[in-house]
Amino acid sequence: MSLLEITDLTVGFDTEDGLVQAVRNISLTLDEGEILALCGESGCGKSVTAMSVPRLLPPDTTRLSGSVTLDGRELTTLPEPDMRHVRGKDVSVVFQEPMTSLNPSFSVGYQITEVLRRHEGLSRRAAGERALALLELVGIPAPARRMKEYPHQLSGGMRQRVMIAIAVACSPRVLIADEPTTALDVTIQAGVLDVFRDLRDRLGTAIILITHDLGVVADIADRAVVMYAGRAVEQATVTELFANPRHPYTLGLMKALPTAAVGGRLAEIPGMVPSPLSDPDECAFHDRCPRVQTDCRLSRPQLVRQAEGHLAACFHPGGQS
Amino acid sequence: MTEHAVAAGRAARRRRLWRRFRRRPMPMAGLVLVVGFVLLALAGPLVVGDPAAQDYLATLAPPSPAHLMGTDDLGRDAFARIAHGAQVSLQAGVLSTLLAMAVGIPIGLVAGFYRRWLDPVVMRLVDVTLAFPFLVFAVGLAAIIGPSLKGVVLALGFAQLPAVIRITRGEVLAVREMDYVAAAVADGAGDGHIILRYVLPNCASPLIVQATVAIPTAIIGESTLSFLGLGVQPPTPSWGVMLTTAQQYLSDAPWLAIWPGLMIALATLGFNLLGDGLRDVLDPRSGR
Amino acid sequence: MILRIDNLVKHYGQVRAVDGLSLEIAHGEVLGLVGESGSGKSTVGKCVLRLTDPTAGTIELAGRDITRLSRRAMRPLRRDMHMVFQDPFSSLNPRFTIEQIVGEPLLRHKVADRRGVSERVSAMLEKVGLRPEMRSRFPHELSGGQRQRVGLARALILEPKLVVADEPVSALDVSVQASVLNLITDLQRDMGFSCLFITHDLSVVEFLADRIAVMYLGKIVESGPKAEIFAAPRHPYTQALLSAAPVADPVRQRERRRIVLGADVPSPVDPPSGCRFHTRCPLAYDACRTDEPPLTDTRSNGHPAACHLITADRIPDAAAHR
Repeated sequence: MSLLEITDLTVGFDTEDGLVQAVRNISLTLDEGEILALCGESGCGKSVTAMSVPRLLPPDTTRLSGSVTLDGRELTTLPEPDMRHVRGKDVSVVFQEPMTSLNPSFSVGYQITEVLRRHEGLSRRAAGERALALLELVGIPAPARRMKEYPHQLSGGMRQRVMIAIAVACSPRVLIADEPTTALDVTIQAGVLDVFRDLRDRLGTAIILITHDLGVVADIADRAVVMYAGRAVEQATVTELFANPRHPYTLGLMKALPTAAVGGRLAEIPGMVPSPLSDPDECAFHDRCPRVQTDCRLSRPQLVRQAEGHLAACFHPGGQS
Repeated sequence: MTEHAVAAGRAARRRRLWRRFRRRPMPMAGLVLVVGFVLLALAGPLVVGDPAAQDYLATLAPPSPAHLMGTDDLGRDAFARIAHGAQVSLQAGVLSTLLAMAVGIPIGLVAGFYRRWLDPVVMRLVDVTLAFPFLVFAVGLAAIIGPSLKGVVLALGFAQLPAVIRITRGEVLAVREMDYVAAAVADGAGDGHIILRYVLPNCASPLIVQATVAIPTAIIGESTLSFLGLGVQPPTPSWGVMLTTAQQYLSDAPWLAIWPGLMIALATLGFNLLGDGLRDVLDPRSGR
Repeated sequence: MILRIDNLVKHYGQVRAVDGLSLEIAHGEVLGLVGESGSGKSTVGKCVLRLTDPTAGTIELAGRDITRLSRRAMRPLRRDMHMVFQDPFSSLNPRFTIEQIVGEPLLRHKVADRRGVSERVSAMLEKVGLRPEMRSRFPHELSGGQRQRVGLARALILEPKLVVADEPVSALDVSVQASVLNLITDLQRDMGFSCLFITHDLSVVEFLADRIAVMYLGKIVESGPKAEIFAAPRHPYTQALLSAAPVADPVRQRERRRIVLGADVPSPVDPPSGCRFHTRCPLAYDACRTDEPPLTDTRSNGHPAACHLITADRIPDAAAHR
């Protein structure tokens, strides 16, 4: 049994235009000490999938089915008070925007110690010591001084490190990081990614990393799930995925990177993502796909095994290259 | 072809906004109330009899088939007076709001767009006037201008002015930072063109919402001023004037107070519900 | 030279956004201006288009000093240069149709009557790959990629000599970004405009720039032909930038030697003394803290850098970082 198991998860939202299906029939697992990347372009459902775990979705408009278990315990039906405990202790989240995720009216030290005292029941003194150790853990120089500072006094990179420190304060089993470095400069990003790597190595934290950046995936993830139009289209270990991308969408994403230019041109993916309002019984990628054939329009390909630990949802997957 | 394409695009936008509006029950109720109020004000006086005609045989009569809403102390038909009063209320509400917008929007646009010395001067004046409660300010102005419908419109219009200036300026400050304004400057567009074609249209939504809040405020303002004798003078029927009279007969003829009171409440409620709905539909941040 | 910037300074109150920057763009050349947030790169673009007034220095467009021209005097010159913005959502007037947005510059500069506008807008939309029925749409009905194409159409409809593009693809998804980058390349080849391409993303300028200038805290630290910069970056900051951008290849990425920069980016309100990069530079020594290194082309190969180690010929070859 894996630490976290998501089985047949489907998430929709009620909107004025009708039910928008953000995630459709996703299944995935996360092991202890593993970094799993959820990648894909905007609107593919990667954030919604991950946020279904701590149930951080608007409760009155969300339509969710399927199962999410942490250590075998079902989370989707857990009463809200118990869920609150899970959110504080077992599953924590780091968001993209470090400025808006910190409370501007309290010092950094207060915000970390508050979490420790509430969830771990530590004394003020013990919490202060732990907080100092945490700031050190996430690579903040002169942590004692930083404790007294307020969020606006910190740079973007430092704020994101503080967010990570707060997120790991109660040693969560699962850390969800939603585009944690997207708002940061590239020279700062490298350091923050190192913090995640370090957390996994030292504390064994399992991490779900939501990102659109294949470079970040290649740098830090063990395994990756590529999502398109709410579904997982490919899933593999990172080395396998980049060496042998089977799904034409995955391959398209890799070839569209500016560094992959051939003869002064980039490979484009023509067309647009289908509307999340409809769900015809066909491959969602078929009208953008260079390998499309008749069967792609007749039924939807399921995720099937391509190689050891490598799944792809395509009738005409690319072969070993 | 050009005009046609533009017109087609605008029509599509209007249809979409209407579709979004129509689905909301409360704003639709507001729209019905407002339309009813406007109809009463425009068509009512043509249908009902003379509001000054006295029926000496039926003074302070309760509602009956002859007098749907009863009569007042002089035997005048309450329904006829309500309908004519609606006209006064509508005039006071719409004209004073138009006045405030006509004067306030240009000031807000110029102050917000140019900043420099003008903005702080205007804004300090606005802050000072906003320190007075709206009705106190209106009462003071009406006392200076003198009691008449024209006086009411002027007093309410100027009392609304600071709010209009402030909202316009706030929107202008946000809009002028948008890249499309920078793009217009990069095109070589002049300030007048930028203010009229880029800034003003993009400030329009909150101003329309503000108007739907200002009109009912002015309607209450008119009633209050008239009630206090600072507004429309008897025998001209106004809901406020009617309330003044009704006060004396509250126990004998309560309907005389109920009708104008109810009308003021419904008209105000209607505009406010409509305004809430427009805010939701027009706010670009609430999705499209 | 279509554009020559000499010793440009722009201060916003205390903030020294641009602090003595010089660069040149030749006719038909694409210059990639690379920097991280707070480097002042966007301010340079705004000064060039005179959307903001420079504090000091000179800007010459096609040999003419435009630094202190009045807004009125600038107007006719605006035919020759235009801008493409980063945010596809705020750069198009939401109250205008696409045809109005793209046709506006034509009417403004009176180069076409109403009928002519319609024809030229159609032709331009086709050039940027938008279907003719888009003309009657409003911006919010378009996807981010389509809006950026509209932004390009508006910027290019007067066939300007210089286009300033400020992060035009940064807000787009990879697959959309690829098609917009291809489009910019095609348009640039067909129309031959010069381009100041401002970005934080080295891989984007590697794809489309001819020359690259790297900015740090309001100054250029290194510039040169693209191939030179990528093959042999000379300034430690450029080297760090190149090494920090992860490559989409796990095997290679995990073997790369990365230069980890110390500390945070200092505030442009109070930039460090000496070399502005010394607080983060792994190679800094005494002179870096006190003396500001000039931008010098030590090998006279059009690849100057501002670093004491280079003038002292002590910098290690950094090609291995890529």
